[in-house]
Amino acid sequence: MKATVRSMGMAALILTGFSVVGAGLVAVTYNGTKDIIAEAQRTALETSLNQLVPADRYDNRVVEDSIEIVAPEWLGTDQPVTVYRARKNGQPVALFATPYALDGYGGPIQLLIGIYADGTLAGVRVLAHKETPGLGDAIDEKRSPWILAFTGKSLKNPPLDRWKVKRDGGVFDQFTGATVTPRAVVKATRQFLEYVQTHQEALFVKAKD
Amino acid sequence: MIEMSYRQILQNGVWTQNTGLVALLGLCPLLATSNSVVNGLSLGLATTLVLLMCNVAISLIRPLVRPEVRIPVFVVVIACAVTAVELAMHAFLPGLYTVLGIFIPLIVTNCCVIGRAEAFAFKNNVARSAVDGIATGLGFLMVLVLLGAIREVLGQGTLFSQAELLFGEWGNSMTLHLIPDYRGFLLAILPPGAFIGLGCLIAIKNVMDARVQRHIAARSATALMTAGS
Repeated sequence: MKATVRSMGMAALILTGFSVVGAGLVAVTYNGTKDIIAEAQRTALETSLNQLVPADRYDNRVVEDSIEIVAPEWLGTDQPVTVYRARKNGQPVALFATPYALDGYGGPIQLLIGIYADGTLAGVRVLAHKETPGLGDAIDEKRSPWILAFTGKSLKNPPLDRWKVKRDGGVFDQFTGATVTPRAVVKATRQFLEYVQTHQEALFVKAKD
Repeated sequence: MIEMSYRQILQNGVWTQNTGLVALLGLCPLLATSNSVVNGLSLGLATTLVLLMCNVAISLIRPLVRPEVRIPVFVVVIACAVTAVELAMHAFLPGLYTVLGIFIPLIVTNCCVIGRAEAFAFKNNVARSAVDGIATGLGFLMVLVLLGAIREVLGQGTLFSQAELLFGEWGNSMTLHLIPDYRGFLLAILPPGAFIGLGCLIAIKNVMDARVQRHIAARSATALMTAGS
């Protein structure tokens, strides 16, 4: 009996020892790579933002000038969405955010939308999606130039009631065999434009988090 | 138990007991990430690194571990190794990390890692375990790259696309467009293409093995006859 208890105790001790050492090693690696990972993420974000708004249009560090907003009915998620602000000489230039198009065919589609201060779209890109390969995935810039059609559009161009895919009487193309996906992206983009139109002042003025 | 020679260890890992073609361990990452050469190569390298780290670590701690707790200890060792590799990859190859995504942390669940720990590293010294880790990893990597190449050529008509994620700037010039203006063959890129491709590879390996067997049998038969006459 005593021997069993002792052997169990030893086993537990060995396992504890290894867990502690293992956790220590992971902690060391985590600390060693933390800053590099954060920097790599900032660079990646900056690269994708610069695809929408050229780097010479603003002079602040956009990735650090950000606020968190929660607006589920506009942004398609009840989680906070980060809004990045681009400025030149302190004047507002453009806003970026990553709202979701909820009614995609394969679940939520995460977008990256850039809007100039005058309300025109700097561009829309798809960050993450689960749409059908070969059909709905044409929203991805790598697959087709469809998403580039948003660049330069605003709530006045086309007028609000034509912010739809062509099948619904709007101006945006749909894909052969896939209308649901473009419809979702158009709707999410329009909603975000409307949100920015009504909240623009606050979005630029609010102190960064 | 007679100790295997290094040659045998290598042969077992790369061919006779190949993880992807014979043992069929780790099918999930194999099928999911083998849609291009670069994806396959990257996951293969990451898995090889994890196998090497785990085999060496487990072989080193052999005297400390009692048999009854060995499996939980293996799990801890593997989890730590994978987390370290994942963090390093996120820091130094962020583009690749985004592409492979969930499959890097999922190396933890690749049965071939714990399989080699239990079947080999826990019974052999450090040098042998290291060789076994590399051999098993190379076997897996070979299948990943081969399947990736088949699927990429059939599916997109290219080879080494997105090589810049792994090799940096000069990777851009590595991409080969084998078939110009190729319309794409979706089946090869989608999961069914992975199953069909892997099935073909297993069949080819079996045919090759059967040929070698017949050859050996025929040779020993003639040898017997000459000896008899």
